[in-house]
Amino acid sequence: MASAEATPVLELTGIGKEFGAIRALHDVDMKVLPGEVVGLMGDNGAGKSTLVKIIAGNFRPSHGEMRFAGSAVHFNRPVDARAVGIEVVYQDLALSDNLTAAANVFLGRELKRKFGPIALLDHKAMAARALELFGELRSETRPDDLVKQMSGGQRQAVAIARTRLSNARLVMMDEPTAAISVRQVEQVLGLIHRLKEQGVAVMLISHRMPDVFAVCDRVIVMRRGEKRADKPIHETSPEEVTALITGAKEAA
Amino acid sequence: MAMPMESPISFTNVGKIRWWQRGIFASQTGYVLLALAVLLVIMHFASPYFFTQGNIQNVAKNFSFIAIATLGVTFVIIIGGIDLSVGSMMCFSAMITSMVMTELSTPGGLGASLFVHMAADGKTVLANVPGLILLVSILAGLGVALIAGLVNGFCIAVLGLSPFVTTLGMLSIVRGLGYVVSNGRGSFPGGPDADYFYALTSGDVLGVPAPFIYLVILALTMAVVLHHTSFGRHVFALGGNEKAAELTGIPVVRVKIEVYVICALAAGLQGIIISGWLGSAPANMATSYELNVIAAAVIGGANLAGGIGGPLGAIVGCVLLEVIRNGLVLAQVSSYWQQTLVGVIIILAVLVDRIRSRMT
Repeated sequence: MASAEATPVLELTGIGKEFGAIRALHDVDMKVLPGEVVGLMGDNGAGKSTLVKIIAGNFRPSHGEMRFAGSAVHFNRPVDARAVGIEVVYQDLALSDNLTAAANVFLGRELKRKFGPIALLDHKAMAARALELFGELRSETRPDDLVKQMSGGQRQAVAIARTRLSNARLVMMDEPTAAISVRQVEQVLGLIHRLKEQGVAVMLISHRMPDVFAVCDRVIVMRRGEKRADKPIHETSPEEVTALITGAKEAA
Repeated sequence: MAMPMESPISFTNVGKIRWWQRGIFASQTGYVLLALAVLLVIMHFASPYFFTQGNIQNVAKNFSFIAIATLGVTFVIIIGGIDLSVGSMMCFSAMITSMVMTELSTPGGLGASLFVHMAADGKTVLANVPGLILLVSILAGLGVALIAGLVNGFCIAVLGLSPFVTTLGMLSIVRGLGYVVSNGRGSFPGGPDADYFYALTSGDVLGVPAPFIYLVILALTMAVVLHHTSFGRHVFALGGNEKAAELTGIPVVRVKIEVYVICALAAGLQGIIISGWLGSAPANMATSYELNVIAAAVIGGANLAGGIGGPLGAIVGCVLLEVIRNGLVLAQVSSYWQQTLVGVIIILAVLVDRIRSRMT
């Protein structure tokens, strides 16, 4: 696990967000260290997605400060967040079914070779790099297969490989295990371990308690737009987290 | 906290897809091509005239007359859009081209003094620079197509209007403008450059019709663009999953506008070529051609849901339609049957594709 004195990848202080009269987030502080897997839990409407969207650059916070790797950042668009090294793996994975795995990994950042004034795609280099990334993730995914023909676990691998391509330092995963089989869940959790091994910080947004307890180092519980708990995973229990989510226990 | 999760991940239940289940062999384009080959063999036995040089030239010329526009529409279909304005666009571009050519070639006409002068006999009009009038008038024809394509693309990509409604409106607008500028009479290419114009549009090189040569060049270019440039990659991604394309940072609006502009330019070029063959650009030229063009693209395997299509499919679709038309004529079947048969083939092609995708 990362040492306590390392610079946090992400540091939020006093983050708040209002939509008109609705207070979606209030005074949220949090830190994510390199190589740390943080579980973000909470019921629907607890403010998880608002928080994720602020970090990913979809929304600007109404209050508070966001620091990335020690320096203050302000994101106007998702592209800005991606530029500093924050990647999001969306729930629906945002893959194009009709393209190959390699094409999806490199979508929007294709490798090209110049032939005079014309730049053509470098298929070979992209396939080789994609294969390397799938190898790092220990996923048996062929770069030339169409995403359409892939299993849920392989699709996750493609979506995660995309984040590795840019050398992201923080990967946020939105419900990666929501709609896949038990066997594939195991594969996805394995992928999260691979990211951690490479020093990437992961934020796992999930409803599934067993998954969070299987991979996370720390769990953060949100309720009614506020952070109610932030505990190392071995100091808490699924029962306590459930109580925090539902409000049976106010804070821990 | 390392968890006991270190067993290597394997997908032993996922086999490698066999070569005949991939690429062209598994596509609608593949078996429509096969159907076409069968049809050609049948035609050979059914009519001794089919494989004569004259008839093949005729077929090649005829399908080239819609195939270039089909290439353009295929681009639009791949991104999951539709362009109904191609027929009107063909007419309008052709009309503007021949009107500009005539205007520039008439001494006393607008700007004509820059381009032509009277010969010493006082009757013959001579070009100042041979070919310049032709160039300017074709650029004018393509220019109006470019503007219409930009408007289509702007409405669809920026304003978020439905492609069907936008291009249906453009169909009417452009056709209407054609009637307005020509007063409903149409126009004729004329002046000293008209001979070059006819040579370029309806002439042939070593027996190969000129439109066919343009088609081959454009189709090859399109294949390279679609499969070997990032623009083409983005076109496919957009058709496969527009939201994903947006999230991965593809400039969706720009790609969409570019695609509608390409389609309009292809239609404009097609119209100019057709007018060379007809010798005029009547105001009702290419009416309802958009249906033939879209039908050809769909028969050739372009998927109206987006994400699938290519130049080979577009050409195969056009050839199939033309061979059937030609075959019906040779077999002395009433040409009125053609349209019915085309409809049946569209449904059959899509049906076979559906059955195949259910089976795999």
